[in-house]
Amino acid sequence: MSALTGTGSLTRLVLRRDRVMLGLWLLGLPLLAASLAVSMADIYGGDQERIGYATTATSSLVARVFNGPIHGTSLGAVVATESFLTLAVLTALLSTFAVVRHTRQNEETGRAELLGSSVLGRHALLTAALLVVVGANLLAAVGLAVALVAAGLPVTGSVAAAAAIGAIGVSFTAVAAVTAQLAGTSRGANALAAAALGAAFALRALGDVLGDANPDGIGFTSAWPSWLSPMGWSGQLRPFGDERWWVLLLPAGLLAVAVAVAYRLTDRRDLGAGLLAERRGPAVAATRMLSPVGLAWHLHRGTLLGWVVGIGLVGFAMGVAVDEFDDLIAENAAAAEMINQFGGGDVLVDAYLSAMLAIFALTVGAYVVQALLRARTEETDGILEAVLATSVNRITWLGGHLLTTVLGATGLVLVGGISTGLGEGLATGDPVGRMLALAGAALVRLPALLVLAGVVVLLIGLLPRAAVPLSWAALLLFLLLGQLGTVLDLPQRVLDLSPFTHVPAVPATDVTALPLVVLTTVAAVLVTAGLAGYRRRDLTT
Amino acid sequence: MGVISVSELVKTFGGTRALDGLDLRVEAGEVHGFLGPNGAGKSTTIRILLGLLRHDSGTVRLFDADPWRDAVSLHRRLAYVPGDVNLWPNLSGGEAIDLFGALRGGLDRNRRDALLRRFELDPTKKCRAYSKGNRQKVAIVAALAADVELLVLDEPTSGLDPLMESVFQDEVRRFSRAGGTVLLSSHVLAEVEALCDRVSIIREGRTVESGTLTELRHLTRTSVTVETERPLTGLDRLPGVNPVEVGDHHAHLEVEPQHLAALLSHLLSFGVRALTSTPPTLEELFLRHYGPGPDPAATSTPVGAVAPAGPAGATADRRGDR
Repeated sequence: MSALTGTGSLTRLVLRRDRVMLGLWLLGLPLLAASLAVSMADIYGGDQERIGYATTATSSLVARVFNGPIHGTSLGAVVATESFLTLAVLTALLSTFAVVRHTRQNEETGRAELLGSSVLGRHALLTAALLVVVGANLLAAVGLAVALVAAGLPVTGSVAAAAAIGAIGVSFTAVAAVTAQLAGTSRGANALAAAALGAAFALRALGDVLGDANPDGIGFTSAWPSWLSPMGWSGQLRPFGDERWWVLLLPAGLLAVAVAVAYRLTDRRDLGAGLLAERRGPAVAATRMLSPVGLAWHLHRGTLLGWVVGIGLVGFAMGVAVDEFDDLIAENAAAAEMINQFGGGDVLVDAYLSAMLAIFALTVGAYVVQALLRARTEETDGILEAVLATSVNRITWLGGHLLTTVLGATGLVLVGGISTGLGEGLATGDPVGRMLALAGAALVRLPALLVLAGVVVLLIGLLPRAAVPLSWAALLLFLLLGQLGTVLDLPQRVLDLSPFTHVPAVPATDVTALPLVVLTTVAAVLVTAGLAGYRRRDLTT
Repeated sequence: MGVISVSELVKTFGGTRALDGLDLRVEAGEVHGFLGPNGAGKSTTIRILLGLLRHDSGTVRLFDADPWRDAVSLHRRLAYVPGDVNLWPNLSGGEAIDLFGALRGGLDRNRRDALLRRFELDPTKKCRAYSKGNRQKVAIVAALAADVELLVLDEPTSGLDPLMESVFQDEVRRFSRAGGTVLLSSHVLAEVEALCDRVSIIREGRTVESGTLTELRHLTRTSVTVETERPLTGLDRLPGVNPVEVGDHHAHLEVEPQHLAALLSHLLSFGVRALTSTPPTLEELFLRHYGPGPDPAATSTPVGAVAPAGPAGATADRRGDR
């Protein structure tokens, strides 16, 4: 029996388990790229706009950090640079989660043990997962290329841009294959791979920031740290510029090395064990976690910390970027004229800031849904049964999660406002004033988040089995209405479905109390109805 | 008034009738075995007793209160060990035990530490790293360290090794001696025989037997093997005797308790060389109800014998007993 015996049937199993996920991935990614390309064709239709974009992408450090290098002033180059981060991160995470789901998670749940006792080679589980995920990345790249060509971009550049994204997927498939052997849990394996993604982003950002600008002021040559990062390789492929196809050998090489390492690790370790030892915990519980609210806080705080760091960093960068407007006005007469048409620099900055705060609010919405659904997950995982058999009442229990979530969301909204204000203030002067102003502006969004929390509580109380998908669907709906509603020219009645439509767009507009009062009341009604339903229903797993 | 008194309990999930008129009565101070095959409704009954599920009809009383409405105050008086113990993966075992203790209204720290040593459980390990047996120990230690009147145990030892099982039995006996009441749902019949004063056997959401083990043993046949000097005859004419295997000088028989005396005097006339008589085990009781044949009453009538008044009368007695 070889180490690969049974890979074929396992591959079919992986495909069967992931058919919906893979379908969404293979269709969704190209569709997203195509829609980005089409909308950018609209915005950057003229030479002037594209030259302006390419100049900024070269001169602005924020743009270098987030978007990486740009290769020329063609529409393709703009699309490739502008959509790079979104597509790259999405692909890397999809690949990581898929690999871990079919390797470490199988071991964690004991499925691998059952499978391993059948006629199955030692490497079959890992190989099947890799075959499917690498295959999915190659197919997604083909789909991306077709989508970009269909959006009207040249064939060679489209293929290179698609290959650049596919290469990131393959690289992180390789990374996850190794982290799944190192960590003992799927959470740990995902976290290690996410840390690798962060490191890859940081190295690429560093290399691009240190890069020398080209003499004509369009594009730059990345410094050596970019070459150490799988995310950097994609820029070095130079899609829509002077393509260097040999760069694709780097991710292929990484995959080969990672597979060899992962196989070796599989040979050396026990099934179910990781190479990194599980950390021990305290033998006695701290007093502050010994209540429903204390426990909820204890369970939520780790995730919340991650959100605080993420939103804080992005907020700071977005705040610093305000300075770019002044540069843009100073350097570019056409841009200055455009900005003046909007009502001058200050108005534009305020519009930009309120757009940022709106995006933060929706992002915090994801935290709200994720954190509150923990209450439901504990029910399906069977933990709640033992808890409710103690003298804890249901309202206190769910209320603990709700309180923690609302406090967490308030904190996150404030962090978003304060970090943006700090970034802007440090770049333009008056950091304290800007922090206070934007913290207040950010808080105005909180009532919309309360309504979202109310929707999730209502679903947990009344439709427990559908609560998880419907809660995320509600957030997605609000996101789409917020981001695409005006672009798609939807009627106001439809836009009004989202609570985020109703919050005043501070600082671009003034605060009005009425919508905030109404939203808070709606949230209170939803929460009350949800808690009432929760108290009356059976526990459902 | 019993600690638990359930009658005519009905619970449906969609079209499935999980409980179909179940009766259960547990008196203060007794260890009550709750037996039934998978899917018979044991866990559903326990969840209703804990106020986790609502019942459709019938009456349920726990400490003479409504387990749904008064759940919170009732739960201060009981501790529960679920059959499938799930814990917070990122908490340590010690943290989980303290948490359950605190949520229940306090636990005895010395007792907790003593139990941790007895069950050889490492409280610093994260719950995700525990095996099924160790997760069960966490719940057992948390329950036994609590100061309560009633233990509700749903297949608590399914993941424990024999050594730990005997530690568990010791601890349950100690709890019972101190006056506590226990409802023990189990598949392990030896454990039920070792611990329980009374048992209720359920099948398809109904109680089919309930009583002390001695009472239940009277409902089933004793197994007799005999070796005689002279060839055996006339066994098939005896009432209440079911010949399993009969040779010239030896026989394996099953006999209903009230016909045992008649059988023995019949055997004496053949010159008994050796005789063993084994009372029915709980396992045989159990199999009688879950063995082949849809109707449990039919299997209690011996083949080839006239059904005596015994089993039917005993059943009627049990009904009256409730």
